[in-house]
Amino acid sequence: MFAHRRLWSAVAWLTRPRVAVLAGLAHVCLLTGCAGEYSTLDPAGPSALAVSWLWWGMLLAFGLVWFAVIGLWLLAVRRDPGDVSDAQAQRLQNRWIIGGGLVLPGVSIAVLLAFGIPVGHGMLPLSADEDVLRIEVTGYQWYWQVEYPDAGVSLEDELHIPAGEPVHIHLRSNDVIRSFWVPRLAGKLDAIPGHENVLKLQADQAGVYRGLCAEFCGLLHADMGFTVEAHEREDFEQWLSDAARDD
Amino acid sequence: MTDSQGHDGGAQHRRLDAVWANWPGWRTLAAVNHTSIGLRFMLTGVFFFLVGGVLAMLARTQLALPAQDILSADVYNQVFTMHGTVMMFLFAIPVLEGLALYMIPKMIGARDLVFPRISSLGYYCYLFGGLIILSSLFVGQAPDSGWFMYTPLSSAEHAPGMGSDFWLLGITFVEISAMAAGIELTVSILRSRAPGMTLRHMPIFCWYILAMALMIVFGFPPLILASVLLELERAAGMPFFEVAAGGDPILWQHLFWLFGHPEVYIIFLPAAAVVSTLIPVFAQRPIVGYRWLVLAIIVTGFISFGLWVHHMFTIGIPKLAQAFFSVASMLVAVPTAIQLFAWLATLWTGRVIRSLPMLWIFGFLVIFVCGGLTGVMLALVPFNWQVHDTHFVVAHLHYVVVGGMLFPLIAGFYYWLPHFSGRMSTPVLGALGFWLTFIGFNATFLLMHLTGLLGMPRRVYTYEAGLGWDWLNLLSSVGGFVMAAGIALVLLDIALHFRFGRPAGRNPWNADTLEWATNTPPAPYNFASLPALDTRHPLWRQPELLQSIPAGEHGLTDIRHGRRETYGTEAVSGRLREVIHLPGNSWLPLLGALMLAVVCVSLLVRIYPMALLGVVGAAVFLLRWGWENGAHPRAAPLTANEPDNPPLHSRTCDGPGLWGMWVTLMANGTLYLSLLFGWFYLWTAAPQWTTPETLSVDRVAMVAAGLVLTGAVVAYGRLVRALCKGRATFLAGGLLLVTTLGCLHLAVVLWALLGAGLTPTEHAHDAMLLVMFLYLLFHAGLATVLSLLQALRVRLGYVGVRLPYEPVVLRPLWLYTLAVYWLSVALFLFLPAAWGAGG
Repeated sequence: MFAHRRLWSAVAWLTRPRVAVLAGLAHVCLLTGCAGEYSTLDPAGPSALAVSWLWWGMLLAFGLVWFAVIGLWLLAVRRDPGDVSDAQAQRLQNRWIIGGGLVLPGVSIAVLLAFGIPVGHGMLPLSADEDVLRIEVTGYQWYWQVEYPDAGVSLEDELHIPAGEPVHIHLRSNDVIRSFWVPRLAGKLDAIPGHENVLKLQADQAGVYRGLCAEFCGLLHADMGFTVEAHEREDFEQWLSDAARDD
Repeated sequence: MTDSQGHDGGAQHRRLDAVWANWPGWRTLAAVNHTSIGLRFMLTGVFFFLVGGVLAMLARTQLALPAQDILSADVYNQVFTMHGTVMMFLFAIPVLEGLALYMIPKMIGARDLVFPRISSLGYYCYLFGGLIILSSLFVGQAPDSGWFMYTPLSSAEHAPGMGSDFWLLGITFVEISAMAAGIELTVSILRSRAPGMTLRHMPIFCWYILAMALMIVFGFPPLILASVLLELERAAGMPFFEVAAGGDPILWQHLFWLFGHPEVYIIFLPAAAVVSTLIPVFAQRPIVGYRWLVLAIIVTGFISFGLWVHHMFTIGIPKLAQAFFSVASMLVAVPTAIQLFAWLATLWTGRVIRSLPMLWIFGFLVIFVCGGLTGVMLALVPFNWQVHDTHFVVAHLHYVVVGGMLFPLIAGFYYWLPHFSGRMSTPVLGALGFWLTFIGFNATFLLMHLTGLLGMPRRVYTYEAGLGWDWLNLLSSVGGFVMAAGIALVLLDIALHFRFGRPAGRNPWNADTLEWATNTPPAPYNFASLPALDTRHPLWRQPELLQSIPAGEHGLTDIRHGRRETYGTEAVSGRLREVIHLPGNSWLPLLGALMLAVVCVSLLVRIYPMALLGVVGAAVFLLRWGWENGAHPRAAPLTANEPDNPPLHSRTCDGPGLWGMWVTLMANGTLYLSLLFGWFYLWTAAPQWTTPETLSVDRVAMVAAGLVLTGAVVAYGRLVRALCKGRATFLAGGLLLVTTLGCLHLAVVLWALLGAGLTPTEHAHDAMLLVMFLYLLFHAGLATVLSLLQALRVRLGYVGVRLPYEPVVLRPLWLYTLAVYWLSVALFLFLPAAWGAGG
């Protein structure tokens, strides 16, 4: 019993200051280090925003678990247990293994899925009958071919989308597998020869967002960057009709 | 009194040594002893680790600052591909196999592994394959598609050089060694434990290694099949992964990760075995929760085969499948957490002795737990969509494999150093080496999580400045070099200890397991006498074993016959069954491996006649190897006074060879199931798959051939049953009949194949059929040839009523051949037609 209380006080001792440290770190990071043109921690669209919250939550919870386990280990190595009878060891075994080995991961997984599944669901493309702008993007070694089939517009390494609403990117590849990713807006999705994948993309504000190829695609993999420019709705309409005329 | 005992012990030692020692000088290359082979595996592994480390330093140098061009994109792609390949396939797996090969017989109280020549063959395949892969760097044609070789990037069209061929052929060659280790470790653990050592008396280390070995048996075949298919596509134009011809590149990803994820646990489990072995020793009390650990090990083994798709969350697979694999990936945290808390509880209840090995175990804990937690994060699909293929994943995987494998491995090296060398290491240099490695590692990879979150994708050879990645990469590179310095110190420490370490004596850590009852360094026969055991902690419960084993007070001390022998026991109960006689030094494994290397290199440079010669050469040496078995004069010829209690294994109808055959067939069956998976996958999922309107294969002929094969197998079964009942009147004739039926079967199948007019370079369907045919022909051909040799051996008196063993060992191969034949006929030839008719 005594050992038990000491254990928890040890856990409390180990975790209390570190919560503050972690929260502080997160704060500092948000203000300074997390910005960046490709930063998932500087989200500019609903999908990326939801995932960034998942990240901060998991960082906090798992950070606590990490420090608690290390603290327990250090304590266990340093303490003198006296004579532990087999019966005591047996009780301890059951408590720790069931508590730490079954309950802890079980609860963590349940909580994680409870938050994660709705987020994942929200990132999926909308159903086919919804009226969403369709953009077709095809990977080549080493550039992205961008098509607006309804308007007959064709571009390279450059997408334009209306801000504040979702668009569907239909991904294909002409040669090898690659992955289309605009980190500040949404997760990545592969472009695979012979298959078509649909990615939902949304930028909350007008602006230029950078994207890249995440799946290794050969010699110039590092040079497969592209931009996504989000316009206000009217500006986008204007851009599209201008572009269609130019073609 | 003690003097005379010592004298007797010395004479006995000389007698045992004369039988067990390796040949001196360069002829030591013919060694088959597990201690020698295990050490060679480990040393070679460390060499490749250094190669992989240099490649890593090259990559970190290139990435230290933005927009550098120290390495060109082309060279960088080769460097990171080779770094991953070398570390995974040429370091992590072989070095752990080496540790297991070295340790297992000593822990279970045996004198050697049950298939010593296979240890040797495995080693040479590893060495030659590793050197072939490494040579690609020097001819400037290293593979450059990433260590998981995704098609079409690695296909002939997009990787026209020899790089992919080096990878596919070299890795497949190296995998022979993994399969060999997997099979012989499984059988050795199950069939050659000390008398009385039931499964629940087995040291926890052996449970881990048993799980690892079985995971190799089931985990590697998908990769081997995938490599064969991709090489066939590259070299012979058979379009398994080409969309336009009915293939699908995603099939490669499935097969690769079907192997790839279990692979992570194949290297984690033996490392965890080291942790579970060391912690009780340094806490000086038995491990807490032994049964929980065994359960956790088994569950890990099963779950790890059900989560390969979590490497493929971004390829656009169905929602439901994602949910399933997401949950499965997280669930694997449960058995890992069980192990973690069992270790914690053991430390909690013991008085822990501080030592260098425990320091490395502490490093393992800090790093591996972090890697495990980021692993759970990655299993969450939406988060995975963001960080997949970024440096976050690079950081995660290094936390898992370096924390989960390298740190325990070094802990184990330090722990078993006295066993290898007879000396203890020095504490100061070792501790410095640890802290440099630990700090350097975390500086490199902890920051790299953030680099990934800031959007840096993996496998880019450079990046532009001002994206927030600059300082992170610089610090990672500095950390990398600090870690390299730490590793250098560790190696220096280990090198110096051979000269300056103080002698260790027996059992210097007061350990509980039997490997410490050998001399340090061990004699080639491990134990002068083999004790019966009924405890998990022999050296704690019966410390007198340290004296009684070398004094020859236990079993199997008679060596006058000049055979290498160890006990064969029952798999579960550990009851004594037989004496296993083992082969001694032999050139055949080396010659066989050399011939296979000829095949590998010839395929690489596409000189096919030479490859054919190599195949013939390898077959000759391997068949010769099988020839020197049983009652052959070089093995255990029949004598007037045969031991009968227990008997020699080759005089019985059950033995390690039979178990080896079954385990090999389990691996082979997994290969076949992978082929079936490929068949059904392409059929249902490939975008442009076509099944021809009418099948060109003559199905009537195939059924007829199947009936002939069935006849052969039934006849063979009857012969074996009669033989084990002591009747062998028609044995040689019967075997010749079986051989004749086998030839007839082969002729009909070959005729059906040649008459089918397949176009395997144009359609994935026909390519699959061709592979299926070749698989069937190979098996029927092998069984037929071996039966013919058995008939010869009957004539020569190597097989007979008193020597029924070999026909018994061969029987499962016939049964397997029959089973895959009918399955193939049904699933490849009849099912598609029935489907077409029905639809």
